[in-house]
Amino acid sequence: MADTTTARGPVRARRRGRARANGAGYAFLSPWLIGFLGLTAGPMIASLYLSFTDYNLFSPPVFTGLENYQRLLTDTNFLQAAKVTALYVVFGTPIKLAAALAVAMLLHSARRGQGFYRSAYYLPSLIGGSVSIAIVWKAMFIDEGIVAQIGAVFGGPDAAAGGWVGDPGRTLPMLILLTVWQFGAPMVIFLAGLKQVPLEMYEAAEVDGAGPVRRFWSITVPLLSPVLFFNLLLETIHAFQIFNSAFIISNGSGGPAQSTLFYTLYLYFRGFRDFQMGYASAMAWVLVVVVGLISLLLFRSSKSWVHYSGDDK
Amino acid sequence: MSQTLEHPQTEREVRSARLRKRARARRTGGSVLFHAFALAVLVVILYPAVWMLMSSFKPGNEIIGSVSLLPTGGGLQNYATALEGIGGISFWTFVLNSLILAAGSVLGILLSCSLAAYAFARMRFRGRNLFFVCMIATMLLPFHVVIIPQYIVFNELGMINTYWPLLLGKFLATESFFVFLMIQFIRGLPRELDEAAVIDGAGHPRIFFSIILPLMKPALVTSAIFAFIWSWNDFFGPLLYLKEPGMYTMPLALRLYVDQTSTSDYGAQMAMAILALLPVLLFFFAFQRQLVGGVATQGLKG
Repeated sequence: MADTTTARGPVRARRRGRARANGAGYAFLSPWLIGFLGLTAGPMIASLYLSFTDYNLFSPPVFTGLENYQRLLTDTNFLQAAKVTALYVVFGTPIKLAAALAVAMLLHSARRGQGFYRSAYYLPSLIGGSVSIAIVWKAMFIDEGIVAQIGAVFGGPDAAAGGWVGDPGRTLPMLILLTVWQFGAPMVIFLAGLKQVPLEMYEAAEVDGAGPVRRFWSITVPLLSPVLFFNLLLETIHAFQIFNSAFIISNGSGGPAQSTLFYTLYLYFRGFRDFQMGYASAMAWVLVVVVGLISLLLFRSSKSWVHYSGDDK
Repeated sequence: MSQTLEHPQTEREVRSARLRKRARARRTGGSVLFHAFALAVLVVILYPAVWMLMSSFKPGNEIIGSVSLLPTGGGLQNYATALEGIGGISFWTFVLNSLILAAGSVLGILLSCSLAAYAFARMRFRGRNLFFVCMIATMLLPFHVVIIPQYIVFNELGMINTYWPLLLGKFLATESFFVFLMIQFIRGLPRELDEAAVIDGAGHPRIFFSIILPLMKPALVTSAIFAFIWSWNDFFGPLLYLKEPGMYTMPLALRLYVDQTSTSDYGAQMAMAILALLPVLLFFFAFQRQLVGGVATQGLKG
């Protein structure tokens, strides 16, 4: 306390106060900090190193330079996995979001029953990723399953042996249907966004003679764009990581004819079945870079189509 | 001004009033159409779930290819079969394993994430903004990039086939979604409360435990529900780390069951699938408002 009377005292006291504030902050943050360094940042660096090595978990890693990455380019299984996953993301995500937005707009206009329908539609998002639902999905689409039978009523093609589950051309649509079925979570987010759009805007536009299509593109889309962006980013990243349903439905094989060999499945096979930890790490880093680039691209493009309230348009 | 409002005079206002009346009429007529459409969507959405439930009461050979929902016989036989367990391991062992993991992960997430959220939302310290960006970035990071080194380390530590690899991260706030959810909630609390406490001489621990934490209850409840459900449904983590059937959680047991039973016994599979999903469904019916509210405000994925 004595040195607070000297001229340099307050500075020192402030410095000490700041140090104490830092200490308290780090104390509260310490679980997160340890977790971040030990379970996220550290492992990321480790897997980057491993991706340049040959490592099978039992003998020490051998540095091989870019060999793993070069092998990826000529690995037909890897290319198949990349293709299947890309198709899943490109078709599944937009269809799911379109369904979510359409139903959200429908529910938004409702005066009664909105809460009930909202909860009910959300249920699939909560259970859709579970093993139970994957088993049900398989049972519905396999052999002469109900889907094939309903399809036959509408003059659909005859089911191949094993139904959709056994037909390499139909496993992807089947899994896309499963993700579209879970449109509830983005729908709930869209609904929350729609609540922020002032009704007077629609009324004013209607008075000025704007039709429903014009109102959708000129009011709903711009005002909803932050939510749209959020959903698009999260659903896209989420879609890249599909595992459970494909694993269960293909019986842990990625089949038939590798039609469900999603990226994460192949990574799992390489890393935890063949114990090619270096190769699997290279795959993981390719995924990180791809997802990172897509996120970056979305963020960049968002400047031209996402409007935050208070922005000048 | 108020007079022009009472007596709409301009052409624009007259049109506006007319349109509003028409819109109201349309809405009443549209409401029937709305419910018809909404119910149609509901049927499509719930059909798989209802089909699953009904199938669990049917004899095994009547399930595949049966569009009909009503079981013709069979009753609870499938459930009796499912409850017999797998390969000498009691069904209740799997339930208990799943419960232990779910309870542990709820506890860990509530403790570690609330501390981190308080630090981010209310404390000033060097590097806070950088750490915040890191925390948000981990939400977007594909988790596959960390599982291989994590597996290697847990393997070195002899923790394969224990619950440590599945729980440790929960106690170290690695699930950024929950940190973010709690930050948003704390930011919404009035700062005057902590400022008053500071004047009374309270430090951060006191403010956190006796002011913020009690006020955070809604966020804690939402987090706990999601943490429970996600842990209960988790398949990938247990698949990696649990090798011995006695340690299996429900989803792993379910997969084992499907692998072992002949394909004709779909009935027992469905019964088992229902039983595995039951706690999630119960949580949904009990807490649907918190769940949907949590998604609406935070964009949590189910």
